[in-house]
Amino acid sequence: MAAERTPQLVVENLEVYYGAIKALHGISFHVYPGEIVTIIGANGAGKTSTLRAISRLVKVGPETRMTFEGHDLLAYPPHKVVSELGISHVPEGRRLFGNLTVWENLQLATFARKDPPEVIQRDFDMVFDLFPRLAERRNQRAGTMSGGEQQMLAVARALITARRMMLLDEPSMGLAPKLMQEMFEALKEINKEGTTILLVEQNANMALRFAQRGYVLETGNLVLEGPSQDLLANPRVKEAYLGG
Amino acid sequence: MSQVAQQLFNALQWGSFYALIALGYSMVYSILMLFNFAHGDVFMVATYIGYFVATLLLGLALSGSLPLSGVAVFVLTLLLTMFLASFIGIAVERVAYRPLRDAPRASAAITGLMVGIFLETLVLYLLGASRRNFPTLIEVNTFELGPVQVTNLKVLTIVLAVVLMVLLHLFIRKTKVGMAMRAMSYDYAVIPLMGVPLDLIIAFTFALGSALAGAAGVLFGMAYPVLDPYMGVLIGWKAFVAAILGGRGSILGAVAGGFLLGFIEILVAAVLTSTMRDLVAYSIVLLILTFRPYGLFGEEHSVRLRL
Ligand SMILES: Nc1ncnc2c1ncn2[C@@H]1O[C@H](COP(=O)(O)OP(=O)(O)O)[C@@H](O)[C@H]1O
Ligand SMILES: [Mg+2]
Repeated sequence: MAAERTPQLVVENLEVYYGAIKALHGISFHVYPGEIVTIIGANGAGKTSTLRAISRLVKVGPETRMTFEGHDLLAYPPHKVVSELGISHVPEGRRLFGNLTVWENLQLATFARKDPPEVIQRDFDMVFDLFPRLAERRNQRAGTMSGGEQQMLAVARALITARRMMLLDEPSMGLAPKLMQEMFEALKEINKEGTTILLVEQNANMALRFAQRGYVLETGNLVLEGPSQDLLANPRVKEAYLGG
Repeated sequence: MSQVAQQLFNALQWGSFYALIALGYSMVYSILMLFNFAHGDVFMVATYIGYFVATLLLGLALSGSLPLSGVAVFVLTLLLTMFLASFIGIAVERVAYRPLRDAPRASAAITGLMVGIFLETLVLYLLGASRRNFPTLIEVNTFELGPVQVTNLKVLTIVLAVVLMVLLHLFIRKTKVGMAMRAMSYDYAVIPLMGVPLDLIIAFTFALGSALAGAAGVLFGMAYPVLDPYMGVLIGWKAFVAAILGGRGSILGAVAGGFLLGFIEILVAAVLTSTMRDLVAYSIVLLILTFRPYGLFGEEHSVRLRL
């Protein structure tokens, strides 16, 4: 692929430990601006740890290097990865503030933004456009919504916090096929507007159809990478992740 | 009848003290699941701050250096004390609790107790053992409210406590920092993903709690003007009990628990001899907690989620 492009995100030799357990054994990958990239892997492979490392929520090994648009990620505390570098993160299990209303969840996401109110209002209009259900439910407590609605809010909230790159941790989890389809269409839309997407998924079929490129993560090591087409056709991927 | 109404005002006055201090315990607990056992002594230090501020302002007003009316001196004392007290809370968090944020909660609790002893000893060392008298900021006079005789000071205490609670409520409901505090009480770990600096919200929470303790200190000092370095211990523990009674981490609970404790104490004292007061009053509290172990407004499980 276009070798002259510079990657937006570069991860080199990423190691994550939980006490004595090594969750990631020094993985390296990169994401180009505007791309949709996926990392697929089974439960426990280290997908969540990878995203948590980028968001600076876990300590990384001494050999690890990570840069985003040329900035050393390791020099940023978690909240500044969001507010200064522009990386948003939809965590595994959505993690909404269930005691806050839909509107409050979105409002809180503007905490560190210095944009004028018109710009923020435009972003609100945009997410309500993308997910009209959220507009209807703006005064409802997030914790009382259905799983699909909660996932929409989790994505909307991330979109409000920052939008240079979005990290998505298994957004398909617990969604009915139709809702999942809708969710990925919305994500395509978000990507078209200029947000780079890094998606980690167990649902390899869905993820590889959505992404342009993919990596395969097995127990803390990246074992395969390539254009999604190739991975979908790869016998090893078919065997292990696409049900034969 | 008028006797009962009279006691009602006493209960509301003590309830105001307890509630204002209990709020500090509950706010910190709600975001950090930590009982800040130094808080009673923060109240004590805040009362001393109030004493110095009041003495200074009163001196300036009486010497004519500053053209301040009596009411202005009181208002300024209250606001300045709240402002300065907030830094005591911020300092306690910064020095004692922040390094222990990932340590077991028991370590933080023990540290809090030691910080309390440190503050008591520090005040004792700096100011000596002699007791200080809080200056008279407002001429206390008694007036008739229907059949009841009340002092203007009691009414002022109760009204101000309620006003501060309403302001706190609005702050927590309407501002982004308030939203962040509520969000944090629900799920601590994802707060940074919202671009929200954890440290800022935590410092703010300690500041708010200590400012309320500062307000309690000024009002308490005006009503019970003899100050000593250990004055925060008993009232601090009682306010802590009020916070538990209301439901740990619950803002509404702290207010309800504070006033309920005020009522129980005054009621027991009115019926029995006052030496029996705490024994019986706290037996009642224990009984309530037997039937409602999470307090009046507490959640059965406030599970701290991890990301
Ligand atoms: N907080 C934690 N403490 C200890 N071990 C953990 C923790 N989080 C994850 N792990 C371990 O790290 C490995 C990778 O987990 P994770 O990154 O969550 O994988 P995935 O998201 O692919 O399911 C697993 O073996 C998991 O048990
Ligand atoms: Mg995971």
